[in-house]
Amino acid sequence: MAHGTGNSRRTGIAVFVALLLLTAVTVLVSYVDLGLWNAVVALLIASVKASLVALFFMHLKGESRLVWGFALVPVLFLALILLGTLSDTLLR
Amino acid sequence: MSGHSGEHADPAVAFESAKLGVWTFLATEVLLFGALFTAYTVFRMKYPELFRAEHAKLDRVLGAVNTVVLITSSLMVVFGVDAIKRGKARLFEACFGATILLAAVFLCIKYLEYTAKFHHGIYPRTNLFFSIYFMLTGLHGIHVLLGMGLLSYVIILSRRGRFSASYYTPAEMSGLYWHFVDLVWIYLFPLLYLIG
Repeated sequence: MAHGTGNSRRTGIAVFVALLLLTAVTVLVSYVDLGLWNAVVALLIASVKASLVALFFMHLKGESRLVWGFALVPVLFLALILLGTLSDTLLR
Repeated sequence: MSGHSGEHADPAVAFESAKLGVWTFLATEVLLFGALFTAYTVFRMKYPELFRAEHAKLDRVLGAVNTVVLITSSLMVVFGVDAIKRGKARLFEACFGATILLAAVFLCIKYLEYTAKFHHGIYPRTNLFFSIYFMLTGLHGIHVLLGMGLLSYVIILSRRGRFSASYYTPAEMSGLYWHFVDLVWIYLFPLLYLIG
């Protein structure tokens, strides 16, 4: 149980500002027609934002391998579900 | 989570196991939302024109405002947990209170969006896009509501003097849940409002 410091508040504000900037970027990009790339850019930015929230707000950065396993295994399963479903619906 | 540190032989072990419990719960949540995200992906690939036309009916400014509201609420949780780690219970309660207030703002905006859609004759049964839109945002809204209840409960515990700089497990764990609710919206916003 690490004790709170001014440092954790500073990190919080830095991550908060980064999340706001990325939100602005993803909204602005959505007004430009890039075809398929709109989806790619939006998902990429969302994933960077989600990673920031998980790493810093949810403290994953300083966690043990056990917690990392608990965090990543469901993401892996979600990828499997998506892959399995799409390979069925797209190739039918 | 409801146990007091005094009931355990080793508070550090109790804290770690509570944390693993929350991450296990969040794993089931990823798969719950994941099933709907999979439905979204399948239908978006099958009917790209429908999704492109229908998603334009959503107000992306309101969606962006709600994104900022949730991100700010997460920062308040960070400040709150930091405060209780320093033993500042009143500051902690103020921060989590601000989170609940922002959650209420989020739901009010969501309510305005829903009623605007109903006013234009758009319902969950209207088409596949709006079925998925109402399912995903509705399920997320329920999570926001549950989060408000959970954070209120933790504030009540704090008012009763249950937390200190050496014991604040429920505060940290409910914060973990709240960040996850924020994380889900981070994906919902672009998928529904920006790229349809």
